[in-house]
Amino acid sequence: MKKRTFKAAILAATMAFGLSSASAETFKYAFQGTLKSLDPYSLNETFTLGFLGNVYEGLTRRDGDLKIQPALATSWEVVEPTRWRFKLRQGVKFHNGNDFTADDVVFSADRVRSEGSDLTTRIAEDVKFVKVDDHTVDVILTKPNPILHYEWDTWAIIDKEWTEANDSVKVTSASDEAATKISLEANGTGAFKIVSHDVGVTTMLEPNAGWWDTAKHNLTKVEFTTIASDATRVAALLSGELDMVYPVPVQDIKRVNDNATTTALTGPELRTIFLGMDQMRDELKYSSVKGKNPFKDVNVRKAFYQAIDIEAIKKKVMRDLSEPSAIMISPFLYSKSADFKRQPYDPDGAKKLLADAGYADGFEVGMDCPNDRYVNDEAICQAVSAMLAKIGIKVNLNAQPKAKYFAKVLSSGGYDTSFFLLGWTPGSLDSWNVLSNLEACRDEAGKGGTFNLGGYCNPKVDALADQVLGENDPAKRDDLIKQAFEITTSEISHIPLHQQGLAWGVSSKIKLTQRADNQFMMFSVTKN
Amino acid sequence: MLAFMIRRLLQSILVMFVVALIAFLLFRFVGDPVNQMVGIETSVEEREALRERLGLNDPVLTQFVRFIAGAAQFEFGISYQFKRPVAQMISERFPATLELSIMSAIFALLVGIPMGVYTGLKRDAWLSKIFLTVSLVGISLPTFLIGILLIFLFAVQLQVLPSFGRGEVVKLGFWSTGLLTTSGLKALILPSITLGLFQMTLIMRLVRSEMLEVMRTDFIKFARARGLSRRAINFGHALKNTMIPVLTITGLQLGTVIAFAIITETVFSWPGMGLLFLQAVQNVDIPIMAAYLMLIGFLFVLINLIVDLLYVMVDPRIRVDSKQAL
Repeated sequence: MKKRTFKAAILAATMAFGLSSASAETFKYAFQGTLKSLDPYSLNETFTLGFLGNVYEGLTRRDGDLKIQPALATSWEVVEPTRWRFKLRQGVKFHNGNDFTADDVVFSADRVRSEGSDLTTRIAEDVKFVKVDDHTVDVILTKPNPILHYEWDTWAIIDKEWTEANDSVKVTSASDEAATKISLEANGTGAFKIVSHDVGVTTMLEPNAGWWDTAKHNLTKVEFTTIASDATRVAALLSGELDMVYPVPVQDIKRVNDNATTTALTGPELRTIFLGMDQMRDELKYSSVKGKNPFKDVNVRKAFYQAIDIEAIKKKVMRDLSEPSAIMISPFLYSKSADFKRQPYDPDGAKKLLADAGYADGFEVGMDCPNDRYVNDEAICQAVSAMLAKIGIKVNLNAQPKAKYFAKVLSSGGYDTSFFLLGWTPGSLDSWNVLSNLEACRDEAGKGGTFNLGGYCNPKVDALADQVLGENDPAKRDDLIKQAFEITTSEISHIPLHQQGLAWGVSSKIKLTQRADNQFMMFSVTKN
Repeated sequence: MLAFMIRRLLQSILVMFVVALIAFLLFRFVGDPVNQMVGIETSVEEREALRERLGLNDPVLTQFVRFIAGAAQFEFGISYQFKRPVAQMISERFPATLELSIMSAIFALLVGIPMGVYTGLKRDAWLSKIFLTVSLVGISLPTFLIGILLIFLFAVQLQVLPSFGRGEVVKLGFWSTGLLTTSGLKALILPSITLGLFQMTLIMRLVRSEMLEVMRTDFIKFARARGLSRRAINFGHALKNTMIPVLTITGLQLGTVIAFAIITETVFSWPGMGLLFLQAVQNVDIPIMAAYLMLIGFLFVLINLIVDLLYVMVDPRIRVDSKQAL
């Protein structure tokens, strides 16, 4: 008996070995994080959604420039301001052979809003999905919403029949007793199928031969690995073991470019890195100033802004892999962003502003900063501290791992911060998301602008945000957004720093498209 | 004897309880798990609801009792990040860690013992001095640096060995092994050396000092007087007598090797329990952390228990002492 198992093992070994040498178009890549769950609704996180975007598809998808394209829906029109009609693609099949129909869309719309789903922001609760025929769905709103479908590229359509048959209707949640099938296997309509999924280690994909779209890639197999250690990830690319790795740490970009067979693909990411100040409490929690809150004075906020030498941060800390920004959204995502300019770097002016506000001798303030969340986050905070020291502000820096940092500064920690660094990418790739999450007034529990950690509040901005939400005309909408941003930038609700850069390490054998949202779509990857 | 065993077992249970208590207290300081489980746009209400469902709002004592009750039944729940049973995930990762640990122990023995014998016999040879200097490096350089240096040399520059992962693995029932494929064996080399270097140094120094000790004893002098060959004396008599402490130390160190594989596994992206644990710490995945800490605690307790019981069997003096103690 034992002997037989051994023989089987040898056979399996030789087979496995034979396979690996025959696969010329196997594309191997690594990312720093893990693929957490295969259930497309259990985590609203760029990497997980991006990876699953190769396996599942939404009604829409985004191209290399992030423009919205038809995917499972071939077209849509706004029949009346509160009724949208989506025409669904015919002849599409899920990986298991089931047909894609309007029932699947209605089912997915219910499931994505059910308890345990982390993607409830994709569709508002009061939106109704009505099946018209097998390939037409009507979406009925209670008020107009021009950006209804903006996040639908990452709202995967799942197969109703398969999900129900496999007892996976409930979204996989950590409080469950056992794993459901949908968290271990995938059944999408996308360009790739998942062959095996070794949780937290490797995931193997192969092309979906029955995909409705023409495949632009030439891959026969894809192997994804998680490599958390920066040095190892870069080494694996340099040694030729992997075809692509991301992210490449900024200090290794030169090394990757100097190597003959690899290049670092860089570009601005959509994420805006900014500083925020507590403008809500009557006395700062971490400061030498007692009895009042200096950040309530716009002059103090302006002084902080003008004390920051953003070009120095770009050069020294980010090694040129950042784009200084003047507003709280990526210029890539807002047409009128060029109308905004940063406050000048002017330490003397800053000192004067502080003196005008009554702080001629400066003051002390505690700063919270993550050290493993954004590119060189802690180094940025240190640079900011040094720059503020020049205008007499003594910063007590508290840099912590993201798990501890977010527990302290977010609503769950009671917004326990006076001065902080944070990054934000609007999930919908639209300014309204920024206005409602970062600029809208909030109460102490976080109702309203939940991620407006500093508690900046101007009812005019809230009113404008509401108008933006309901305005269907793009030109008028952009004007309203501009008005809102004009108020927030002149009142210095936050101090925007920069768009951090993306850096992907790619072998010269590979051609691929880098998307600014850091999602990696494999359907256009070619290897030679 | 029976009383001694029962007392030992009770002590072991107490140790496990303390491990559980300390582990549980640690979790209060690693951060908020809910923030790691949801995307940033998830609303406050949904976060609160999740916290409630996970029982994180219960009083600390209730949570601890629940944790102990689960742990006693080897029930550690579902991983917060991966939404899969923790016991299953750990058992999937266990073979990788055990293979790596055993290979590194073998490496440490196969290289450490000859080096120890040589430096013990030829104290003044220049090669001995080189060995001792190298061992000093092995003991003083941190593991992750050695790992990165090895990767740089053998994977990036020479391109002969892989820099990460286990290579091709073969499933034998529940056990996944990398020992049956070329790529699997190649993948084992660098991590084993990295993990085993410290143990190798330890064994080398131990063998050396034992050899120096034994070579001075009377029975070696008698063996010489009997006219035995150098070889027979050195390996047949001297080395045999140094082996007992070496094997004890190696056995005891195996627990340490498994526990400290965390760093090596991270550097080489080795899919073992240590890597799983480190990812769990970063993501505040309490169920995985708890299960891992309990398992490592259990391994140490088990090894110590076995060693203690063996001592009792081997050495009658301990038995006498323990009777008096009663």
